[in-house]
Amino acid sequence: MMRIPLFNCTGSFAEDKDLARTIRREQIVPALNRHEEVVLDFENVDSATQSFIHALISDLIRNYGSEVLDRIRFKSCNDTVQKIIGIVVDYMQEGP
Amino acid sequence: MKIHLPNSAFLGNMDPFLRGFDGSDPESMKITANKKWISIHPMSLSMVAALGLTVNPSRIECEKLEATSSHYLERMGLFRFLRIPSGIKITEHEPAGRFIPLTQIKDSGELRVFITDMIPLLHLDPKQAEPIRYIVSELVRNVFEHAGSEHGAVLSAQYYKKSNSIRIGIADTGVGIKETIQHSHSVGSHLDALRLALMPGITGTTRREGGTEFNAGAGLFFIKSIAQVNRDFFLIYSGNAVYKLLKRTPVRIKLHADPFEDRHSKGEDFPFWRGTVVGIDISLDETRAFSTLLDLIRDTYHVAVQERRKARYKKPRFI
Repeated sequence: MMRIPLFNCTGSFAEDKDLARTIRREQIVPALNRHEEVVLDFENVDSATQSFIHALISDLIRNYGSEVLDRIRFKSCNDTVQKIIGIVVDYMQEGP
Repeated sequence: MKIHLPNSAFLGNMDPFLRGFDGSDPESMKITANKKWISIHPMSLSMVAALGLTVNPSRIECEKLEATSSHYLERMGLFRFLRIPSGIKITEHEPAGRFIPLTQIKDSGELRVFITDMIPLLHLDPKQAEPIRYIVSELVRNVFEHAGSEHGAVLSAQYYKKSNSIRIGIADTGVGIKETIQHSHSVGSHLDALRLALMPGITGTTRREGGTEFNAGAGLFFIKSIAQVNRDFFLIYSGNAVYKLLKRTPVRIKLHADPFEDRHSKGEDFPFWRGTVVGIDISLDETRAFSTLLDLIRDTYHVAVQERRKARYKKPRFI
């Protein structure tokens, strides 16, 4: 299992989508390709933008299918972050 | 170009200011102003500053400002942006608690610093800060990604004690929304482009539902929704088109995927603005829990995507 503590990179407001893409490409995707589970740890992250969450996980759902959500855990998310993740996960699964 | 700073230009009465803008002869700029009083929204200031960055200072002419309130323009940093002397003498005060002077943001690092500094400058508590930093981040990143503006985003904000509200204005002199949206969607006019840009799940980067790895087409819908839930003004201006979300009376909140179903005004006969301008008011009294807003957005987004999918269904052909 690979734990990725986001606060260290993003600070309390996760909004930098360039950073989100880098985390996805350089940490999440290699871990998934090694068949590891991934824990995205939002400890101390107060809020995130939809753009950040989209850049972090949308391409995973598109490329690996929604089954990838069985291999990713979202840890220590507050209410706001949970809801933004929920919105992104929903619309990515509602696509064609 | 000519632009007149009027007696008053806030989002509720912005149209005359916008209509007074003359974008012809982009190599020069002439600024005139009301002689008695100038009280303008940060959006107006950001527009003037953004235009100023595109013109050689030697070609900028600003008439002598006589209004007693003109020191505000100096304090907000307008003449620093125009790179011309104002002739106005002021005693600089610490800006904390009152305003964010005109600021140019050109990259991600500058944005991060700006967002961090902005919250204490406006003396916001964490709950009030949440939607404001969200709005600033998404709008400025839109400029980075879509505007292709040499000068980045120009932003300013002001706290208004009487209305207990924060007013924010962001302007760029990039390619504008129509140019961006029409990469992936057929648009006939600048107003059509604004309408599409405000719909959830519509982006200029792809026609595909869910967007690309980097864009979902949700940013402007979120921002309009923040204004709508808090019953605040939101204005967007690009090309010759303006869309303005109007204040609502306090009735049950319903978000619409189509901005034309909201209470609004619009026009497509405004002077041409090469780029995009956004103005938004956020009442701090009315700021609803951000998580409540997200529930509404989730429901509206879901319905919008379902409706678009359904519109693409093949229909049986009965003979």
